[in-house]
Amino acid sequence: MTEKLKRTARHISLGESLIFERSVPGKRGFELPPLDVPAVDSAAVVGAEFARSRVEGFPEVSEIEVIRHFTRLSTWNYAIDYGMYPLGSCTMKYNPRVNEFVARLDGIASEHPYQPVELAQGCLKILWALQQILLEVTGMDAVTLHPCAGAQGEYAGILMIRALLTSRGNPRKKVLVPDSAHGTNPATAVTAEYAVENIPSDANGRIDLARLSSVVNEDVAALMVTNPNTVGIFEKDIAAVAELLHSRGALLYMDGANMNALAGVARPGDFGVDVMHMNLHKTFSTPHGGGGPGAGPVAVKKSLEPFLPSPVLVQRADGKLNFDNNRPQSIGRLRAFYGNFGVLVRALAYALAYGPGMRAATEDAVLNANYIRKNLEDTFELPYRQPCMHEVVFSDARQRKNGVTTMDIAKRLIDYGFHPYTTAFPLIVPGAMMIEPTESESRAECDEFIQAMRSIAEESATTPERVKTAPHSTRIGRLDETTAARKPILRWKPQ
Amino acid sequence: MRYLPKSDSERREMLASIGLEKMEDLFISIPAEYRLTRPLSVPGPLSEKEIIDYFRARGSENAFGYSSFLGAGVYNHLRSVVTDALIQRGEFLTSYTPYQGEISQGTLQAIFEFQTLMCQLTGQEVANAGMYDGSTATAEAALMAERVTGRSGIVVARSLHPEYRQVLDTYGRHAALQFSEVGFTATGQIDLSAIRAAVGPATAAVVVQSPNFLGVLEQVPAIAEIAHAAGALLIVAIAEGVSLGAVKPPADADIVALEAQSFGLAPSFGGPFAGVIATRDKFVRQMPGRLAGQTVDSTGRRGFVLTLATREQHIRREKATSNICTNQALCALAATIHLSLLGPQGLREMADQNIAKARYAATELAKLPGVSAPFSGPVFNEFVLEFPRSVKILNKDLLREKIIGPLPLGNFFPDLTKRGLYCVTELHSRAEIDRLVAGTKRALELPI
Amino acid sequence: MSYPADFRYSKDHEWIKVEGGTAKIGITDYAQKSLGDVVFVELPKPGAKFTAGSAFGTVESVKAVSEVYSPVTCEVLEVNESLASAPETINTDPHGAAWLIKVRLQTPAEVQSMMDAAAYEAYIAEKDKEAHA
Repeated sequence: MTEKLKRTARHISLGESLIFERSVPGKRGFELPPLDVPAVDSAAVVGAEFARSRVEGFPEVSEIEVIRHFTRLSTWNYAIDYGMYPLGSCTMKYNPRVNEFVARLDGIASEHPYQPVELAQGCLKILWALQQILLEVTGMDAVTLHPCAGAQGEYAGILMIRALLTSRGNPRKKVLVPDSAHGTNPATAVTAEYAVENIPSDANGRIDLARLSSVVNEDVAALMVTNPNTVGIFEKDIAAVAELLHSRGALLYMDGANMNALAGVARPGDFGVDVMHMNLHKTFSTPHGGGGPGAGPVAVKKSLEPFLPSPVLVQRADGKLNFDNNRPQSIGRLRAFYGNFGVLVRALAYALAYGPGMRAATEDAVLNANYIRKNLEDTFELPYRQPCMHEVVFSDARQRKNGVTTMDIAKRLIDYGFHPYTTAFPLIVPGAMMIEPTESESRAECDEFIQAMRSIAEESATTPERVKTAPHSTRIGRLDETTAARKPILRWKPQ
Repeated sequence: MRYLPKSDSERREMLASIGLEKMEDLFISIPAEYRLTRPLSVPGPLSEKEIIDYFRARGSENAFGYSSFLGAGVYNHLRSVVTDALIQRGEFLTSYTPYQGEISQGTLQAIFEFQTLMCQLTGQEVANAGMYDGSTATAEAALMAERVTGRSGIVVARSLHPEYRQVLDTYGRHAALQFSEVGFTATGQIDLSAIRAAVGPATAAVVVQSPNFLGVLEQVPAIAEIAHAAGALLIVAIAEGVSLGAVKPPADADIVALEAQSFGLAPSFGGPFAGVIATRDKFVRQMPGRLAGQTVDSTGRRGFVLTLATREQHIRREKATSNICTNQALCALAATIHLSLLGPQGLREMADQNIAKARYAATELAKLPGVSAPFSGPVFNEFVLEFPRSVKILNKDLLREKIIGPLPLGNFFPDLTKRGLYCVTELHSRAEIDRLVAGTKRALELPI
Repeated sequence: MSYPADFRYSKDHEWIKVEGGTAKIGITDYAQKSLGDVVFVELPKPGAKFTAGSAFGTVESVKAVSEVYSPVTCEVLEVNESLASAPETINTDPHGAAWLIKVRLQTPAEVQSMMDAAAYEAYIAEKDKEAHA
């Protein structure tokens, strides 16, 4: 065996049943203070028609059992707090703990969205401060913090484009999406009633300007681009792309998923973007939490401002902040209340920690990606040879000759103590291996990752079976997804 | 900077090793005219202490020290410190969506447990995990009803949360849904004869909320019967999940859109929360959002995977059931832990205390001269009272006593300015309720 | 697996077997292999009508969804209900038990313009060559 790394060692991983299987009637994990008003018969109050006799199938467990149950489950997850999590396009950076602390403060977590606006100025100032920072970072003119996540931000952005074009007389029919785009882009365009036309990338993985020019006609409402794009390369013709679209009455939408490559270095507003969303759980460090909550602010140019989702945060003449609900051209409301406030608090805490030094984080992120690229380009196929931004995309072309795929290498990384990189995306690179280290990795961590990748490449040549059957060290092996999908078991059932 | 794990000399060495001299060289692929040549004009950098001070100061500008009787979709309930301690474990907090099953079993099993709890609670067969919140879950439920029935008419109760309704409008407008509205009767419940008249062969779904925005419980079986007779689905939105501890689940509904905020999540000025769509097994492939399923590994051990992913945007792209990508996983985890702690008995007691305290407050307030209860239908922990004057004026006087009074219904229904919506939960002490009653009495005695 | 000589084949990898004025339609062995383990099949209702080249259903594997196109203009008479509970039949017997729909042909001449077994085998051999290039 050629495992050169001493990064990992085996240790005991406790088994754990479902919480329901731990249940013993009569146990409990929580007690309420005694009732201090006259007791009533609930069933009589709500009436027999509505009264529920009891909730069946809930677990009956004590507090220590709840602690052990969820602590054991937690140890079955890999996490940023364990080590490098190089998932391309996901920006798995350090989630500062002070952000968690301040989001839970009394006076922050405790506030109700309908309390009088004069008693919510603290919350509104937080939102206002974050808005100002996002405007400065993006170079845009106006921003909304409402969208719950990037996908909803995209939805808001495309609806605003539709609203603007409608106000100009014709909403148009199509949204162009490069073939390297995230899946949410086409899904969003369709949700906003647009047809999607896929645009092939050029040989360098970039937008093909000539090709684009041939398809932008009066039916095209917008182009959705990710910049840097999903192969980690800056679209150097972006301003020309914007100009082309604008000259034909279309708009440029930017998916800000990759803002971690740009914050403090370049501003989308300066290179022609009309509307963009950001994922605060990426660039602004709010925790992914196993799949959310996120937040997806949308920033726009002046022309789109009247169409922002309602309500809009405004500053009154006396300096007080308020929500403006009177927005006749607004695309409407995207969710109840005012956005994922708790996530926005964390994002502001992150931005305040760095201040203008956010640029240093961007630099380190791009440095790490290029360092990994340089150190692995002899080992893995690099389909696009330009310098990368915050992520680098290799392919499994060399290893595939031995039957080893990107997925196998990714799974083998687990044995080496790393989370896998992103596999099989972007779709334009067959066998893609998409690596985004973020600024949160030290040189030593990058070096260990590079060593692990080289070692796996060597194994792929000498002992490919070892790679193809990975992971070997996890508490559970590769799972049968086919049976799960054919005969779905989506819940535990009481006996 | 404390978050960046490199020394300057390490940076220089790394740059040199890739053949670059300075950081600026990393960005040569960005045309020079679009590179920022000045520092960002933003506040900071702040140390940890300064960040905490900043947010403490903001907190003090909010309703700190006030007693509040607001609900209307956001509820303040007891939360165990255990929940917050567990969800802050880095393995939950700092992990990604569990696509890599072998190293994400913790999140996956927790999602599976959440799905189970939501089914048990709502009386439905399958539940996702989850949607952004109750309002978007309701909108997605309407879109799902359109997919299931092939029809586009949506009959909405006027007593659905007005902001849920606005979200429905936003989503529905671009899916060509046709909305019609049905009013409420003197009970505060939806007008059954009006629904009967409103539904027809083009109706995809009837949408009601229970307890509704006026706090009143809806007659779900009767509404279901009317909807089903027209071949339409019934969608029941539930904003106050604790009600399910004492109130029959909407088992007759075809889709339940639940807001799980009441289960261990702080009000947090309106988010983040967790929405859920629960439905019948036969509609599972039309359901949006994430699902964890049970399976086995190569040695036959039980494990969990994300499943039926072909419904989702990352595979189906423009043909997906929704563009949703995140799933509020950490919020769903908090709800799972919270409900595990409560168990059936704890949830029951919490629900009972809400009923008792709301009953006590409503009774005491209704004794005041000129105050009346306009709706006769059964309630859980929210109720509407009518005053001889505008609720906004009443609330101004209450604020002076550090009490945030009822939500003025006039904010949403211009014809109801003299009605206010109260929410009383297990967190309100008797003394606090008595103070509200005394303050309201004094306020009503003031000249207008 | 061999490609039956009495079938005709489309470029989208559907097969059709004509039996008088009606026909059965399914997906080819090549199609099921490229999809992988089939987990779900969505089929139209009897009575539905399709023009040649339009999608009439979907076949799903764990990580892919494929639309199935009607090679001919037709009306659906019957759908293969057994696939709902046993979608794996598409992997085990794509040219037999896993037919998808039974249809009435509107324009029988359309079938004649489809590939025969030999032409289809040449076509997929070419596809394979492209994929490995």
